Amino acid sequence: MNPLEKQNQSAASDAALLEVRNLDKRFGAHQILAGVSFTVRRGSIFAVLGPSGAGKSVLLKCIANIETPDAGTILFDGTPLDFRHRVSRLAFRRRCGFLFQGNALFDSLTALQNTALPLEQTTSLSRREINRRAMEALEQLELHEHAGQYPAMLSGGMQKRLALARAIVTQPEMVFFDEPTAGLDPLRRNAVFGMIAKYQALFGFTALIVTHDIDEALAVSNTVAMLYHREICFCGTPAEFGASRHPVVDSFRDSARTLRKSVALLRQGGDISMENEAVDEDLKEQL
Amino acid sequence: MITAIGQWALARICGLGDYALFVARSFGAIWVTRRLPGRVARAVYEQGFRCLPVILIVGLFTGLVLGLQGYYVLNRFGSEGLLGALVSLSLVREMAPVLAALMLVGQAGSALAAELGIQRNSEQIVALETMGISSRGYLVTPRLLAALLVFPMQAALFVGVGLWGGSLSGSLLLGVEPGLYWSAVERAVEAKDVRECLFKAVVFGVLTISICAYCGFYAHRVGRATGARAVSAATTKAVVISCIMVLAADYVITSFLVNR
Repeated sequence: MNPLEKQNQSAASDAALLEVRNLDKRFGAHQILAGVSFTVRRGSIFAVLGPSGAGKSVLLKCIANIETPDAGTILFDGTPLDFRHRVSRLAFRRRCGFLFQGNALFDSLTALQNTALPLEQTTSLSRREINRRAMEALEQLELHEHAGQYPAMLSGGMQKRLALARAIVTQPEMVFFDEPTAGLDPLRRNAVFGMIAKYQALFGFTALIVTHDIDEALAVSNTVAMLYHREICFCGTPAEFGASRHPVVDSFRDSARTLRKSVALLRQGGDISMENEAVDEDLKEQL
Repeated sequence: MITAIGQWALARICGLGDYALFVARSFGAIWVTRRLPGRVARAVYEQGFRCLPVILIVGLFTGLVLGLQGYYVLNRFGSEGLLGALVSLSLVREMAPVLAALMLVGQAGSALAAELGIQRNSEQIVALETMGISSRGYLVTPRLLAALLVFPMQAALFVGVGLWGGSLSGSLLLGVEPGLYWSAVERAVEAKDVRECLFKAVVFGVLTISICAYCGFYAHRVGRATGARAVSAATTKAVVISCIMVLAADYVITSFLVNR
């Protein structure tokens, strides 16, 4: 590869694939997102962190067009997305994959049929070619021996891999991960994040992960954003996150220390919930 | 009070409009759904083959009872020879399309509402949309197309088994001449009666399957219930509304067709 080609490739990989500008979302009187903006570079892993109920999943659903934002612009590959038109909506969806918190696998379909479903319904490929590609995806995720099994017959980790196989079988440019490790123990959490990192490197897709697992997200992502009180209060590399003195980042990073403090206070006759509310108020003041 | 009534009426009208849009979009999805014939065949199997035993049993007993009741009524006037006409017209014009539809609601309709409700709960419907697949086209359209085929076939089968049941109780048990029974059937039933039967079956099929699909598809919108309760509420609502609508539609269609 000549230097010019190298430079072009590097420029392409640095280019933004997804840009979110001033996104607002409210449900009735309850404002969930207010002026959320960030940029996801092509081929990177971008993690959105935040406490439960901060609006992380709503943010992801607004980007993936499962929810409709009230205001703001989303640019995909430099083009503003207009979800009102069916053609542009479908074009965007076919360039993206989505991995749901609960996997959303079809119980009545086998692993192979689940993986083949997007190809079956969105392409004109022959049955043989669809099965070949689906089988290839299952092989890459080390699930080919379970191709004939139903999701209920697979372990939690296998189901997660099967959901990923279905998400990547159409070779999307971007994959959205909604709380991929919710409810899993630390070992399985590590395994899932390891799987995301491994297959992101293998297939080269851009990943947008919404999670509240700080350590794991920091280990695999290139960029981290912190969503707190409807806004992105921090956006930077994992190293910058580690060094940040931002009060919200600080409190999340040191959540274990905060918990120890709260428990100590409880044992001295204090009240944890009051203390937490006080911490929250403190954070708001500092912000 | 007036505000509450107004809000309730507005909600019902909005719901009706939403349902009409759902049905229109489901039929419209025929043009954007790939590999539809395979899914229609599967839906025909679910609605048709799996519901066959219940249609046969209910059809047989309906015919037996009609034969029995009809015989004793006609016997008072010395008109047992008209038993075939009574059984056949009752079955063809009313009982077969209505009872077959009610049986199909109980079996295929409730199963459809529950299945779609669970798929809504476990985000499978949203997953289809994120994959760029029309969720209505994939899940609802094949069922509606299958209903267009299955309901008339089941009604016809119901008539056949019911007629046989009527002859069983009338001829075998009560002594009406079989030739008399079947010739009365042949003389009584006209082509327009068969058309009415099949037309009703098609209307009931589209009505019930679309109502059940709508209730299951939007199970998360049924009242304030969530999770398993929402699925159960959606299934109950689907069955109750479908049964009422079958009877109401039967009255409307009959009142239009009888005058012609």
